[in-house]
Amino acid sequence: MTTTIHAPLEAIRSADWQPICAYADLTPERGCAALVGSLQIALFRTFDGSVFAISNQDPFTGAYVLSRGIVGTRNDVPTVASPLHKQVFNLATGACLDDAGVAVTTYPVRLSDGVVQVLAA
Amino acid sequence: MTPHLPNPPKRLVVVGNGMVGQRFVEALRARDADRAWTITVLSEEPRRAYDRVALSSYFDGADAASLDLVADGCYSDDTCVLHLGESAASIDRAGHSVLTTTGRTLDYDALVLATGSYPFVPPVPGRDLPGCFVYRTLDDLDAIRAAAEHAAATTRGRRSGLVIGGGLLGLEAARALRLLGMSPHVVELAPRLMPLQVDEGGGALLRDMIEALDVTVHLGTSVARIEHGQARDSRRMLATLADGTELDLDLVVFSAGIRPQDGLARDAGLALGARGGIAVDDGCATSDPAIFAIGECACIGERVYGLVAPGYAMAEVLADRLLGGTASFTPADTSTKLKLMGVDVASFGDALAQTEGALEVTLSNPVDRTYAKLVVSDDAKILLGGVLVGDASKYAILRPLVGRPLPGDPVAMIAPSGGMPSMSLPPDAQVCACHGLTKASICGAIAEHGLTDVPGIKACTKAGTGCGSCVPLLKTLLAESGVAQSTALCEHFAQTRAELFDIVRRDRIATFTELISVHGHGRGCDICKPVVASILASLDLGHILDGEQSALQDTNDHFLANIQRNGTYSVVPRIAGGEVTPEKLIVLGEVARDFQLYTKITGGQRIDLFGARVEPLPAIWRRLVDAGFESGHAYGKALRTVKSCVGSTWCRYGVQDSVSLAIELELRYRGIRSPHKIKAGVSGCARECAEAQSKDIGVIATENGWNLYVGGNGGFRPRHADLLMKDIDTATLIRTIDRFIMFYIRTADRLQRTSVWVESLSRDGTDGLQYLTSVLVDDSLGIAAELDAAMATHVERYEDEWAAVLDDPERLRRFVSFVNAPGAPDPSIAFVSERNQPRPVLPLLGRGKALEVLA
Ligand code: SRM
Ligand SMILES: Cc1cc2nc3c(=O)[nH]c(=O)nc-3n(C[C@H](O)[C@H](O)[C@H](O)COP(=O)(O)OP(=O)(O)OC[C@H]3O[C@@H](n4cnc5c(N)ncnc54)[C@H](O)[C@@H]3O)c2cc1C
Ligand code: SF4
Ligand code: FES
Repeated sequence: MTTTIHAPLEAIRSADWQPICAYADLTPERGCAALVGSLQIALFRTFDGSVFAISNQDPFTGAYVLSRGIVGTRNDVPTVASPLHKQVFNLATGACLDDAGVAVTTYPVRLSDGVVQVLAA
Repeated sequence: MTPHLPNPPKRLVVVGNGMVGQRFVEALRARDADRAWTITVLSEEPRRAYDRVALSSYFDGADAASLDLVADGCYSDDTCVLHLGESAASIDRAGHSVLTTTGRTLDYDALVLATGSYPFVPPVPGRDLPGCFVYRTLDDLDAIRAAAEHAAATTRGRRSGLVIGGGLLGLEAARALRLLGMSPHVVELAPRLMPLQVDEGGGALLRDMIEALDVTVHLGTSVARIEHGQARDSRRMLATLADGTELDLDLVVFSAGIRPQDGLARDAGLALGARGGIAVDDGCATSDPAIFAIGECACIGERVYGLVAPGYAMAEVLADRLLGGTASFTPADTSTKLKLMGVDVASFGDALAQTEGALEVTLSNPVDRTYAKLVVSDDAKILLGGVLVGDASKYAILRPLVGRPLPGDPVAMIAPSGGMPSMSLPPDAQVCACHGLTKASICGAIAEHGLTDVPGIKACTKAGTGCGSCVPLLKTLLAESGVAQSTALCEHFAQTRAELFDIVRRDRIATFTELISVHGHGRGCDICKPVVASILASLDLGHILDGEQSALQDTNDHFLANIQRNGTYSVVPRIAGGEVTPEKLIVLGEVARDFQLYTKITGGQRIDLFGARVEPLPAIWRRLVDAGFESGHAYGKALRTVKSCVGSTWCRYGVQDSVSLAIELELRYRGIRSPHKIKAGVSGCARECAEAQSKDIGVIATENGWNLYVGGNGGFRPRHADLLMKDIDTATLIRTIDRFIMFYIRTADRLQRTSVWVESLSRDGTDGLQYLTSVLVDDSLGIAAELDAAMATHVERYEDEWAAVLDDPERLRRFVSFVNAPGAPDPSIAFVSERNQPRPVLPLLGRGKALEVLA
């Protein structure tokens, strides 16, 4: 299985990657939340093994719950649906697919020695 | 012979980089491929154009960057330049130049004024004090936020702010103060809120609804003076109203209307409108043919518009004109839908019935808190306008009909349940006011690009992406365009739920991956995954939290608890039939106390404990399971409760033991996964204290046995249950209910309650109930034995989901807030105390409700 890392190259070169958990701790097609400083980050492992990191806060309600949404695809784009009012977000870009103009922050994420790391300022 | 030289580019100067100025620049650049114009834009504000309409979302979590309106690359070369923080100071019309506040002179061939409006501040004594603000720019909002933060740091108890003006913007400002944690007051001179849009009846209801949001409304009065407060902290203020009321305040926001920013034009001697605004013709030219004005600073057709859509229309007209076109401005729609949280208000057309001879049709329902008024022509044939308060769902369909013949009886059109008469809008009716799109243009796009759904229309035409109020109409247009409303479950499965159920049952498919790889495509979504999870559970294919099934579950099933608005969960143990021992009641009280859970008796005769984070859920359930409780499945699409009355054991009228039967039924069907939730009720006599006829399954005792009712519903669309069988014995009753539930599980649609399902079963000539009788009682399909066996398997295999989780470390692993800090509670969750119980403090955001589209 290959792990695709979704991060711009210039970011990967810089330091400051935060180790989060073992890759094996991530349930396939499910999210989990991580606390990085005071930031809440939602991590997702999709069916093909990729890992994505976005903000855990649902921009529609303010609640920190996106990690608990259902993971899936829309037109082959990997997605998560907010567990509160079901708006769907593109995991790779953070864009809300049901409300143009709304987006959540995405964070670069990579795998190093079996450990998932994110780059969050 | 002289060589032919292209004309040198002409110089265009644009004053103002607001919403309209920016739209104009982009429209001109898009059409001006030959670069006939070089553009210089002056912006008084220190930042480039942003979405002023969405200004208030700045308090809902949006930041300045997300409000930015400037398209990428707009100012990337020297033929189009933006100067921030530099204003136009004066115009030299004879010399064709503009002098700026930094002392530069810019020559122009054409000059565009897009200076917008400024907030009107009435001459109230004290209006210049430091705590007084206006509400127009991001800088204004930053200043208000800073003052609110200062107040939070220094004021004990309630912090409060005053908004002067109860119009659309004033109410928006009041909501902003709420989001900043203040208790706002609103003072409005007129006898009602939103006096320009809403009539008296609507205004009264609007006031109630606004006050319910903790905003105090003062009508028919004004502010006499504002002073420094007496308290030691000199930043507190005291406002005295004309009626003598004194308000102790942290800050004051003026929102008493706007005035066109026409000073530059006035000084330059350009013609103005009678009540201000730079007078322009329908091509946006001022009295000087080299100078143009667009947006809120312009007075066009003797009107000054305070909305963005007419400004955008002017921007397009002018862009066309400057490239030699002949476009002209037509008077615009000023309908409004208030985007204030939780309050639905819409006004459109001639809402205040000012047309000669106009008639008003009003329906006011104080109980439902709705008010609706239509204004029609003197012959009651033409719709002129209207006001909707409390329920604005008909706005989308009514607004485009303004000025057109009424399609039906006006009373029926606004009656609460009165479905809209089926009507087809004429092609030129404006459907999306925000983007100026007609029915014809949207239907054209549907046909041309083969659009099949609302997201497709949004992406292609922009319709529906502004205020969102036209979205319901977009669905109608899709249907009218003959886009078959597909029966596919979602984009991943072309089948219906019932078809998928049959496939899974026939092929004994045990995983989602197997099902979707053979019968669907993609990796599923929040629609199909829970459906498949439910089908697998109904067919008893494993614990819902094991293996891949676990990833299919909605968050409620995933944590075996109901998610609440702040991300916490509620805990609902089963209390079968509503019967509970004193010992168990004490345990519930102790658990609630020890884990600080808000406690409430539900409408389903049991007790709900709210506000648990995910990490204590197992400990809470350990205590409950040890005391003999089990999951109540409040989180699942499953049997909820079997409500009972006390029955013949105690009640002097009872003819059967309704409690025993209710408990027996609840224990029999507990945990069964179904297309939607199932509720049942058992009453001990015809007095019906258990309200059984409003349940999916209702049982009422008779002298001779039981009457069985099915297909009842409370909720959104209440329906009385139908009598399926009379005077039957308990064995027949249970067998029939078994079959009813199993047949429902096999054949109903996703999220279809039994009420709708029963109605959907009507087949040529037979109604749904007759058909059900033939299947369940006469076994006309020959499946009764299968249905009976399926229920027997369910009853036999039932285990308590929570007990099974507590015994399994792997299943327990998910109950942490953070994967990298398993002990840490979620810091965003906080409570205050209300009536001696916890109450959630919501994170500051909340656009969901405000933007929610009534579909
Ligand atoms: C707790 C309770 C309100 C209360 O404090 O009394 C409640 C709370 C909720 N109801 Fe209800 N309903 C509750 C009794 C009812 C009743 C009364 C009854 O059951 O006798 C009704 C009308 C009867 C009916 O269903 O026909 C009712 C009609 C609804 C509906 C509308 C269903 C419909 O067919 O239109 C929904 C929405 C839905 O299910 O899609 C809903 C949904 C909900 C949800 C699940 C909304 C949600 O998704 O968050 C609420 C979550 C409960 C929680 O977190 O624990 N609730 N709800 C009641 C729980 C009863 C119980 O013990 O399980
Ligand atoms: C809180 C709020 C909510 C609103 N909600 C809605 C809504 O729901 N629907 C709706 O249709 N409309 C709404 N509006 C109104 C909408 O924002 C305006 O109609 C729109 O912004 C007008 O655009 P404009 O370009 O004409 O003016 P503005 O956006 O005001 O832009 C004018 C710009 O010109 C600048 N300027 C002025 N003088 C000079 C000068 N001499 N030199 C250089 N620059 C100058 C100003 O600083 C300003 O930046 C709302 C407005 C506010 C404040
Ligand atoms: S329904 Fe009948 S038995 Fe039950 S409480 Fe009411 S009167 Fe008594
Ligand atoms: S009318 Fe506002 S988005 Fe269409």
